[in-house]
Amino acid sequence: MRAGGDEQRVLLRQVLGWRVAASVAWSVLLLPLCTAAFISISSIDLLHPIQWISNSFNDWYTSYAIFCMLLLSVVILIISIFNVEFYAVVPSIPCSRLALLGKIIHPRQVIHSAVHAIMGMLVAWCAAVMTKGKFQFLAVPCTASESLDGAVQHMCLNEYHLFLLLSGAFMGYSYSLLYLVNNMNYLPFPIIQQYKYLRFRRSLPALVKHSCVESLYLVRNVCVAYYFFGYIPRAWISATTDLHADSKLHPLDTLTGLLDLSLLYHTWLCGIFLLITWHIAWLLFKIYATEAHHFPVQPTFTEETDQCLPKILNSNPPLIIKFLALQDLMLLSQYSPVRRQEVFSLSQPGGHPHNWTAISKECLNLFRDLTQKLIMQQEAAATNGRVKQPSAGELGRSLISSEAAVSEEMSFQAQKSNVSRAHMPSLVKSSLLPLKTLSTSDLGSSFGSPFSSPALNRQAGILDLNSPWHGSVQSPHVMRRGPKLWTSSSGWVSFVDLQMNGSHQESFPVISVARVGNEAIQPSFIYTWLQNKQEQVRSFLSKRVLIMYFFSKHPEASIQAIFSDTQMHIWALEGLSRLVAASFTEDRFGVVQTTLPAILNTLLTLQEVVDKHFKLPHASSKPPRTSGSLMDTSYKTLRFALRASLKTAIYRITTTFGEHLNAVQVSAEHKKRLQQFLEFKE
Amino acid sequence: MSQCMARCGNVWAAQRDCRRRGGRSPVDEKRLALGVGSVPVGLLSPRLPVSPFVPLQRGHDRRVLPGCGLVSSLQRGSAGAGCSIRAFAWHPHTSKFAVALLDDSIRVYNSSRSPRSLRGSPQADKALLKRRLSQRILKCCRLSPSPAASPGRTSVPAAARSCPVTAGPGPQGAPGTALTQTSATVPILKHRLQRSVAALAWKPLCASILAVACQSCVLVWHLDPTSLSTRPSSGCAQVLAHPGHSPVTSLAWAPSGEMLLSASPVDTAMLVWDVSTENCVPLQWFGGGGVTYLAWSPDGSRVLAATPSAVFRVWEAQMWTCERWPTIKGRCQTGCWSPDGSRLLFTVQGESVIYSLSFSEYSGELQGQVGGSKTASIVADLSETGFETLYGEERIGGEVHSMAWDPSGERLAAVIRGSPEAAESRTIVAVFRTRNSPVFELLPCGFLQGEPGAQPQLLAFHPCFKKGALLTVCWSTGRISHVPFFFVSAQFPGLSPRHSPVAALSSSASVREQPLFSEL
Repeated sequence: MRAGGDEQRVLLRQVLGWRVAASVAWSVLLLPLCTAAFISISSIDLLHPIQWISNSFNDWYTSYAIFCMLLLSVVILIISIFNVEFYAVVPSIPCSRLALLGKIIHPRQVIHSAVHAIMGMLVAWCAAVMTKGKFQFLAVPCTASESLDGAVQHMCLNEYHLFLLLSGAFMGYSYSLLYLVNNMNYLPFPIIQQYKYLRFRRSLPALVKHSCVESLYLVRNVCVAYYFFGYIPRAWISATTDLHADSKLHPLDTLTGLLDLSLLYHTWLCGIFLLITWHIAWLLFKIYATEAHHFPVQPTFTEETDQCLPKILNSNPPLIIKFLALQDLMLLSQYSPVRRQEVFSLSQPGGHPHNWTAISKECLNLFRDLTQKLIMQQEAAATNGRVKQPSAGELGRSLISSEAAVSEEMSFQAQKSNVSRAHMPSLVKSSLLPLKTLSTSDLGSSFGSPFSSPALNRQAGILDLNSPWHGSVQSPHVMRRGPKLWTSSSGWVSFVDLQMNGSHQESFPVISVARVGNEAIQPSFIYTWLQNKQEQVRSFLSKRVLIMYFFSKHPEASIQAIFSDTQMHIWALEGLSRLVAASFTEDRFGVVQTTLPAILNTLLTLQEVVDKHFKLPHASSKPPRTSGSLMDTSYKTLRFALRASLKTAIYRITTTFGEHLNAVQVSAEHKKRLQQFLEFKE
Repeated sequence: MSQCMARCGNVWAAQRDCRRRGGRSPVDEKRLALGVGSVPVGLLSPRLPVSPFVPLQRGHDRRVLPGCGLVSSLQRGSAGAGCSIRAFAWHPHTSKFAVALLDDSIRVYNSSRSPRSLRGSPQADKALLKRRLSQRILKCCRLSPSPAASPGRTSVPAAARSCPVTAGPGPQGAPGTALTQTSATVPILKHRLQRSVAALAWKPLCASILAVACQSCVLVWHLDPTSLSTRPSSGCAQVLAHPGHSPVTSLAWAPSGEMLLSASPVDTAMLVWDVSTENCVPLQWFGGGGVTYLAWSPDGSRVLAATPSAVFRVWEAQMWTCERWPTIKGRCQTGCWSPDGSRLLFTVQGESVIYSLSFSEYSGELQGQVGGSKTASIVADLSETGFETLYGEERIGGEVHSMAWDPSGERLAAVIRGSPEAAESRTIVAVFRTRNSPVFELLPCGFLQGEPGAQPQLLAFHPCFKKGALLTVCWSTGRISHVPFFFVSAQFPGLSPRHSPVAALSSSASVREQPLFSEL
């Protein structure tokens, strides 16, 4: 277990390490350019252009500027570290306002915000120093005292400098908040492959524009905040440093003080500078991290075995590696006949199609997981988000049966491949299946899903199946159509306790059916009690408007959450279907033929379920209008991409194989579906 | 051969018949039969202002595109004197096509394949098809007065050799050819934003998704192939708009169906759309203006993008880098790709020749290289030549204004526009026989001309005609005629153009043609 983790860490470092290094290096290299531009623009003087240019040339080489540059490099480095630490290939989408609130006060996010605020202050200090003029220092000689006696110069607090520092901190904090709210940590993979330089050049205008506009809003917010709360930090600074405000000057937390155009302009410029440098670091990391990586299909040396594509797909690597591997699979299936040949090849001693088996198995597992997830979501929707709360004995029994199923499955692991797939469509149709059928059908082969024990999925399925019979046991308000609190569309509550149950069981891998069953009964009492409490609290709270504001779920968000990792499935669909299509002429040993029925069955089942999903009343059938801004919102529309590529994948297979598909073993229902695809009627 | 001669004899008989009756005959519903036959669009519905009325069209264009003479001249449909069909597109897999009319409505004609004809013997189908052939197509399309004409080249008895065999039944059931009847429902697509339609494109590997290039956006219609409604609601249309990207005049789907390219002659950026998510990536370059013509190679590896200036670009579709090709005289008018994507034929405004540009065999190893040869070579000189015919001398030849290459790579059709000075020179469709491997060959095959006064506007080949090639010509009178060419493909005997471009590509890569599974 430990060794595997180490291996994966090594792999991650190998794949991602140089990308991070290169992106940081480039963003640091671009820093002098930004700084030079900032210095020039901040000292802009349109009336004396030649003097302005020569002055700004001189300013670039001052010791101040160079020191600031070094300091800013450190800032960029820290920002990049946070980018690397916080990136995610699967966006986390808060389903309700409470969840969003929870994310904001999560310790991780608090650290993020605090560090960004400090970094913002540092950038603002550098900007103030480089701007010179009245902003340069915190303490300046008082204007009033100068005339009195030249000998002792009183130092006063420079409120402009303080304002700039505070606005920097505020902007850093806002950046951190926006980073969270806009899911800027999400790494969207590009729809076409392009060279990094071209991608950067393409995004640069949008980045600059976005930063300028964003900075404008931030300046407005800073002004408002300072107007109301500006006296607090000023008083504090005065108290600690024994500097007093200049009595001759207007204090800045008044309207006349704030309406200083030069102050606003420089604050705005400082904001632009901060946002551009940070966004560049973020953009470069995004571009480098999502660049296609070339995984070898067959290892040339034995040391490379861990890095080859089938191995990576089958192990459970960090998600980014898995994404890159699937992207590579898609690319190789599309562009590289040589590598496709390697996929279809047989192992040297033995003659097994290990590469193909591994790749197809992983893809099919992904599709089955998704099918599973969608079925559960649909059943939850069908029962109106009602979550089953089984009695203790019931839960125990279902646990026992599912455990039994697990052991059964383990013993029949070898032959579990194709036979039982045919159960899936019937399962989709009627949720009232006998328990026995369900447990024997190969439902829960979900490795790598968030709820990773196979027993879990099956169990959840059983729970949902049972729900119509036991609905009357529950408290009536759960049945009611109305505000729901803790149910996400896939049954949040049931997931939570099931997850607990599951992790509990996972630590005892099947030893004896009875023992596990007994142990599982024990916690279930607590859960039923907890659930009862939950129901009561929920019914109490759902009557309060303010609480409802926080708890009410956005239906769109919960759908987005289901499909948040669908990019994987899209690539798997494209890769697998292209490989199958290519196998028509390129597969010399016929290795693909053996899995063709399973692939068709899985794809058609998934197609059925996806179709059904889009027919649900709350699912919109069209992607929402996206604004062409810097922030990528492609995760919001992934489900539409999935639907399209699923159809294209099936069509790709049917158009390639044509009439030959009639000879493939599929159920009658699927045969009918296939015929429709063959006639282009879908 | 004897069969062919007999048919050629029929050509003349039918042509005389056509002349005597004076062109247009009353339309009955059966004339809408797809596959072979002509569809006089002007007569389809009395409600639509689709008569070939030139001033109306001009005025329309001026109103919609103020001061955009460039744009309207670039719209392919309006290139001729007058036209009532703005755009035409075959569905890549089925016998279904969409026609955009002058009033910006789009009609989708579909041939329903009844199960009876699927099960029926191929012989019966063949007989039916043949009968329709002799009845229909020859009425409106007479062959050129000189059957062996080849401008500027050695004379080859093209008409005699062009149809050596009428097609035998394919190895499989050949569902594409059982075009027995047109389905009754003809969906008419209208949308608020559907203005000055310039191009249509069906999504490959998909049942019924049609992209429409409009004035301000790209509309993507999601049509239900099983639906019986004649007026799909505008809710079925997806609007793809991007600031500064208008008017859209050319479209191209990736043959794998994942991406859509759209281009405008005004916008310097060409957009790559992921249609399902409505995301787009602008592909920008500097200099050369917008894009007037797009053609994606059938193997999906390269894209031709012509600009309004004397330059065109060939993009490589993996890393999206491009090669820049300056031409000597004018802008690139049109271009078409060989089925394996290794050869590009193109024509240039102001020159009456066809150029050829060959590309290295595509394999994923050369990332980001287009791999074009150093120079383009002239493969055909189409300068004006006079022909002595039964009806006096005719002068044919000039600039090529559009071209189409059939999916098997055996026939090339080109609209040759005569020089405007010479009164007797005329616009005509010339058909060539081509071969791409081992050596490129281009031999004249014959000419097609419409009714008196009709000028060919748009050309398209049926993407999956199993028995040879089916050329569709849209005439300026609003007539659409389908002209079949029956031959056995030299490259894939018995297995002529396949359903899918992907398969066509891969089958050229390997010689193994045995089916994987025994047929039931």
